[in-house]
Amino acid sequence: MIGAEGQRVGPGTIALVAVATAGLVFLLAPVLIILIVSFSSGNYLSFPPPGLSLRWYQRFFGTPAWRQSIVVSVQVASLTMVFATVLGLGAALALVRGRFRGKAAVYGVVLSPMIVPTIITAIGLYFFFVKLKATGSILAMAIGHTVLALPVVVIIITATLQGFDLRLELAALSLGASRLGALRRVTVPLIAPGVLSAALFAFLTSFDELLIPLFLSGVEVQTLTVRIWNSLVLEVDPTIAAVSSFLIAVTCAVLGVSALVRRRGDA
Amino acid sequence: MTADAATPLAVGAEPAGAAERRDARRHLVLLLPALLTLGAFFVYPLLGILVRSVDKNGYTLESYRQVFRTGVYLTVIGLTFRTATIVTLICLLVGYPLAYVLATVRPRLARWLTIIVVLPFLTSIIVRTYAWMVLLGRNGVVNQYLVAAGLTPAPLPLLYNQAGVVIGMTYVLLPFMVLTLASVMQGIDPAFLRAAHSLGASRLQAFRRVFLPLSIPGVAGGALLVFILSLGFYITPALMGGPSDVMIAMLIEREVEFTLNWSFASALGSILLVLTLAAFVVYYRLMRLERLFEGAG
Repeated sequence: MIGAEGQRVGPGTIALVAVATAGLVFLLAPVLIILIVSFSSGNYLSFPPPGLSLRWYQRFFGTPAWRQSIVVSVQVASLTMVFATVLGLGAALALVRGRFRGKAAVYGVVLSPMIVPTIITAIGLYFFFVKLKATGSILAMAIGHTVLALPVVVIIITATLQGFDLRLELAALSLGASRLGALRRVTVPLIAPGVLSAALFAFLTSFDELLIPLFLSGVEVQTLTVRIWNSLVLEVDPTIAAVSSFLIAVTCAVLGVSALVRRRGDA
Repeated sequence: MTADAATPLAVGAEPAGAAERRDARRHLVLLLPALLTLGAFFVYPLLGILVRSVDKNGYTLESYRQVFRTGVYLTVIGLTFRTATIVTLICLLVGYPLAYVLATVRPRLARWLTIIVVLPFLTSIIVRTYAWMVLLGRNGVVNQYLVAAGLTPAPLPLLYNQAGVVIGMTYVLLPFMVLTLASVMQGIDPAFLRAAHSLGASRLQAFRRVFLPLSIPGVAGGALLVFILSLGFYITPALMGGPSDVMIAMLIEREVEFTLNWSFASALGSILLVLTLAAFVVYYRLMRLERLFEGAG
């Protein structure tokens, strides 16, 4: 706490800590409970589970439809990652280093997909792709997700570039490095952690997203999130706990790898 | 770009204006692919919605008239605003103390607490909604404990009604509030509070007269952000709400999928879009959206 030294712990502090703790429990408990329940041996979702088993994971990984959805989700997310990172890197470089009029407005436009309700973006793209008879394709879904992931990538890479000292690149140039050489030997290694982390978050943005594939996927090609949605509309099936835990694990992996990459970048 | 590399000596000889223009041009080349993508697959489809809303075999405002003249649709818009307001207020009440703790504890502890906020923030909305469906159902975890503890004779109706929608949406949106507030609070210089204390202010006075006013931009930014995002919510209310808890986004989806009245759906979509963008312009002047990710990164 601010100025905590030598101050008595008053009722205000206790109330504050209590409310904050309640908030943290509220945030963490549902995720933890789903993780635990997914290993249940029971037929229903009770907590604590009557026993532990991997039956719901067997059901998840043993069902061809679920397995196929993992493949679809990974394909869409991988394409999104490539598109969004390439486009976002260029945009972030221009936005941080360029001097041109209307920069703030351009930045606003690039960030706006985060703010426009995804349902609107999804419906706009649905109308658009229906006309092109391109719904149900992996590419269409990846394009939709690229729009959503672009702001995330631009924000993360922009933050990285702002922490990058341009004089290092100028120093390399003045010491006789070619433009390409300076880029390859100085700039790229220094911003690589940020770019990699941005790519991972782009992957996650796509992997977790439901609405774009809900409108753009066909009967055959369904992402994991769409299949979860379709099962939830019918009933609360315990298999979904296993699928959800899988998605949570992917989130943790992305967070962990991103933190690791950044720490090595700092060292 | 390759031309530049080949003629590095020429740069100095050029008038400054030309070099600047060339620099601007080079950066526009980097920017262009992203802008073209957004133009083709974001701006153009959104314009398509706006056009479709007034185009029904000839230009007409009939769809808008239908929205504003039909009681049901106005009720849905009213309910959407009401839900968004309730969710925003709860997020603020829970989020403020949480952000305060996050911003003022030792950095090591703050990092751990941030992870607790960020983990759900980055988990799929459908997964988070499902978690609450498991918790709040008639035979869900919360009711199991409430009944077992004797706090209620019969399971409480917590799901498929407004309470369910508010709990679910608050859960999804709370991290936005906490991260926005914490980023502003972390920028408040502790020296101000020390100064207040040394001038004789009690902790409560120092908070109320110094910290609270300085944190107001975060309150405004966080509240506005949560409110904007609430307006367009679809997944959580669709799964956790009852038959009467219809929000604008759900109405739009219904018109697209079932009624196939695309012109009407587009009019509703345009209304939601304009409301959201208006709020975003206010937000953008107040806050920088990228602050959210300072914690997440």
